[in-house]
Amino acid sequence: MKKIIISLLSLCLLTFAVSAQDHDDHSGDATEEHHESGDHHAEGDHHEGGCHCHDASEDEFDPGETAFHHIMDVNAFHLYGDIYIPLPCILYAPEHGWSFFLSSKFELHEHGDGHKAIDGYVMHHGEVMRVQDQSFPKGEVAVKCFGSTHEGDKEIFQVIYEGDCYNLDKKSTWDGGMLGGGITSYYDFSITKNVFTMLLALFLLFFMFRRVAKAYTTRKGEAPKGIQSLIEPIFVFMRDEVAIPFLGPKYEKYLPFLMSIFFFILGLNLIGQIPFFPGSGNVTGNLAVTMVLALFAFFVTNLSGNKHYWEHIFWMPGVPAWVKTILTPVEVMGLIIKPLTLMLRLFANITAGHIVIIIFVSLIFVFGQAGESIGGSVLGGFIAVPLTLFMMAIELLVAFIQAFVFCILTASYIGAAIEDHHHEAEHH
Amino acid sequence: MTGTLAAIGAGLAVIGAGIGIGNVGSKAMEAIARQPDAAGDIRSNMILMAALVEGAALIAIILSFFVG
Repeated sequence: MKKIIISLLSLCLLTFAVSAQDHDDHSGDATEEHHESGDHHAEGDHHEGGCHCHDASEDEFDPGETAFHHIMDVNAFHLYGDIYIPLPCILYAPEHGWSFFLSSKFELHEHGDGHKAIDGYVMHHGEVMRVQDQSFPKGEVAVKCFGSTHEGDKEIFQVIYEGDCYNLDKKSTWDGGMLGGGITSYYDFSITKNVFTMLLALFLLFFMFRRVAKAYTTRKGEAPKGIQSLIEPIFVFMRDEVAIPFLGPKYEKYLPFLMSIFFFILGLNLIGQIPFFPGSGNVTGNLAVTMVLALFAFFVTNLSGNKHYWEHIFWMPGVPAWVKTILTPVEVMGLIIKPLTLMLRLFANITAGHIVIIIFVSLIFVFGQAGESIGGSVLGGFIAVPLTLFMMAIELLVAFIQAFVFCILTASYIGAAIEDHHHEAEHH
Repeated sequence: MTGTLAAIGAGLAVIGAGIGIGNVGSKAMEAIARQPDAAGDIRSNMILMAALVEGAALIAIILSFFVG
């Protein structure tokens, strides 16, 4: 029971650590250029009162952009056309206070743009953004459309309301927008697609493992049955192949952590493979999520490190002093690089899988000239379907391998930190 | 221009990782053929090593993704 509570707590922590992504306060530093007219706009732009209205429906189909939108974290589940499954928005701005509403209030239409602005928040590309100008009317107002302007390298989105342009909060670009927010004047605690998927995985895992755990008391000594026969081989495999060889006799202390990490990543990877409603969230392909997972691995490793572990990092025994001056910085860098590669490996593998599948599906639209040529679409379909099926099968494998690799590497790092170095004494 | 260079860099990183993972795989298969009893140990160590090689390549790819 204690182990279940610990596992559940760490899963909860993961979920909330990610949902409460930090937004620094940076309001009012770019409110002056309302009427800046950019000259690098796509062809589908209309001119209106110094503002550009970007009409996405006249754009050429761009598979890269489609894939990029898919891997982002958004505030509504897109089903088809104008049909969205709304998710709750929980927003806080220091000047305005809290705002709670469902994302359906934005009256989303195609391409994830909302028809309405609520309390100065608008929805563009499926994400909640805030109007920088505080004179923008609060409450529910209808907005015309969205455009964008450029300031240096950054693209600033604009909302056009009654013929005027209002700049939306800039997104920070160092993370490519993948951390979900950036430096904005508001705090976003919304249940986004990723948070929803994490909560779903959390509840699924909790109830599955409750049932399995109960089965071991009610059906003691009997052969496993039902869901128990699904979990038991995986669990025993992870214990015998990962935990015991790497952690040695003290493995039981770290087993709950390793198993939570493994099943959480596995569950999210598999839910992400479902191409429609409860799935499709690119959770383990989100840098923030993998960063929190890697931070857990980092802290568990270093907080359980014994004397020998730290000695081997800062003052490697048995090597000449001048080598130590080189070795120590390398080892200290290794401390940070280890969780960094954990974070990047999971992120890159899952994101790459999602992008490749979307690109293959996009072949239908590329060959069919975005729906204009039926013959081309059919040809594209014949190419895309086998490729997508193949890629999905590979991704199913990757879902297991990446969860396993994350777990085995975490176990090996922890193992190196808690190892007793009795054999070292024999060598010298 | 930087985009092209980044793409070339990503390609070079993939070549390196390909050689590395190929070596890991071939040696592991050889080892399993010699010692079929140790297949389990060799397999998990093979995945571990492949993941470490892959990690270096992934850092290069992510860097080129953000530069390009």
